[in-house]
Amino acid sequence: MRKIKELIIEKLILLCGLAAIFFVVLIFLFLLKEGLAVFKMVSPSDFMFGKSWYPISEPPKLGILPLIMGSLVVTFGAAVISIPIGVGCAVYIAEIAPGKIKEVLKAGIELLAAIPSVVLGFIGMVTLVPLVKNVWHLPTGLTALSGSIMLAFMAMPTIVSIAEDALYSVPKNYKEGAFALGATHWQTIWRVLLPAASSGILAAVMLGIGRVIGETMAVMMITGNAAVIPQSILVPVRTLTATVAAEMGEAVVGSEHYFALFAIGIVLFIISFIINVTADLFLHRKQ
Amino acid sequence: MKRNPHLTQKIAFFLLLMATLLIVVPVGLIVVIIIQKGLPAINWQFLTDIPRQGMRAGGIFPAIVGTAYLVGGAIVFALPIGVLAAIYLSEYSKENVLSRIIKLAIINLSGVPSVVYGLFGLALFVVFFKFGASILSGALTLGIMILPIIITSSREALESVPDSFREVSLSLGASKWQTIRNIVLPNAIPGILTGTILGLGRAAGETAPILFTVAAFYLPQLPESIFDQAMALPYHLYVISTQVPNVDEKIRYGTALVLLLLVLFMNLVAIIIRSKLRKNKKW
Repeated sequence: MRKIKELIIEKLILLCGLAAIFFVVLIFLFLLKEGLAVFKMVSPSDFMFGKSWYPISEPPKLGILPLIMGSLVVTFGAAVISIPIGVGCAVYIAEIAPGKIKEVLKAGIELLAAIPSVVLGFIGMVTLVPLVKNVWHLPTGLTALSGSIMLAFMAMPTIVSIAEDALYSVPKNYKEGAFALGATHWQTIWRVLLPAASSGILAAVMLGIGRVIGETMAVMMITGNAAVIPQSILVPVRTLTATVAAEMGEAVVGSEHYFALFAIGIVLFIISFIINVTADLFLHRKQ
Repeated sequence: MKRNPHLTQKIAFFLLLMATLLIVVPVGLIVVIIIQKGLPAINWQFLTDIPRQGMRAGGIFPAIVGTAYLVGGAIVFALPIGVLAAIYLSEYSKENVLSRIIKLAIINLSGVPSVVYGLFGLALFVVFFKFGASILSGALTLGIMILPIIITSSREALESVPDSFREVSLSLGASKWQTIRNIVLPNAIPGILTGTILGLGRAAGETAPILFTVAAFYLPQLPESIFDQAMALPYHLYVISTQVPNVDEKIRYGTALVLLLLVLFMNLVAIIIRSKLRKNKKW
């Protein structure tokens, strides 16, 4: 009797162990199920590279190039801001900050990671957006630049914590060797630690960028939501994620618009899949 | 000309300090601004009243209740699956292709954009299972989203229980499951709790997954069953900041503050449990 009970429990454990695989596959299948229907109306290349997104005009124009460009511009801006600052902060925390201050800084980074994106979006709306508007004398502060700055913040906890781990995992004798040869602390960091931790730092950067591409609420609240191909970083843009979030509420289930939004979901899923698998490869290469 | 390495070091360290301050100072400012401007809005009525006058007055009680239901539902779903999955990974699985694929799946699950979870919840729970936009659909969607957090932290907690504990139990004739249930799990509870609370905090703050699966724009009454729509704090904040004109700034900041405090409180609890755990380690 006890044997049977334990057998059942162990099967249940195995089943739950497989749950993560099950859900990833399930998510992808349901995105495909609802999203692939759009390709009956528009070819995949017209969908990906079509220059106009007018999903509710008659007939609807379902080209997501403006949205892809919107995501790219915002993500590029966020990467330019967050990579140097994030990696710099990781080096400072891992190598320079004294014990107590280190704990405070780490708590601060954790705090940032915990703030819900809708709260950051709100704060961005009331502080950053007017600031960007006034500094560049723009008609509106709801621009790609505002989105980039806000998203850079959201990427930083990821970049800092993973890069910091990568720096810690560099064997101690590398550092001692450099010191013994008369290198200064900075020379050791720059010439020894950073190169040795490079694959982990690369993974940190990739995961940070993944976070940026997938971010939805803050970006929807502060980038102005104009689905046109951006000519500069100081104009309103609309990202892939914001489009789905803003329009799904109005899309009729089973309409072309609905299918197209799911197809955007497929694109986002594939992007995040590629980023996560590649970053994982980098993280495991060092071992 | 030869550069002075010590001067270079000074400049470099100064820049690194600046980079750190560029992150930490704004974080502090954000929290201070929200507390400072939100605190005057918070009183008993704000927390316990329904929204009135098209959300321009009154309180946020239905949104608080809705978030509580969603978070509770998500954890009821995700905790057992997550802990059992962690037990599998830490106690049963071997280093092989299957466990590698499971780990990759967990990483991917945690990397899927939150709005994609919203789409998935819409397609599976709202449309396919016909739960409609309801607390049930939203809680299940959030539950799947926080699964990786719970699995990862539970697994770490289980793996940190020393093998000697298991060996003693097994040598006394206990079966593998008895050992896990009576020895390994009790010692891993604080770590599992930490992960659970972090998951709760994440679920409480997410907006995109509940946009199409549960969230009601304006519903000045409390949900009566899990098949009802509900308001939720993060969505309510989104609505009153972007969709409704002329909302008193105080109400916006007040709502942001309640949400922020809720999430930070959970994170604080998790951090405290974790640091106690590190201090009290018996091994």
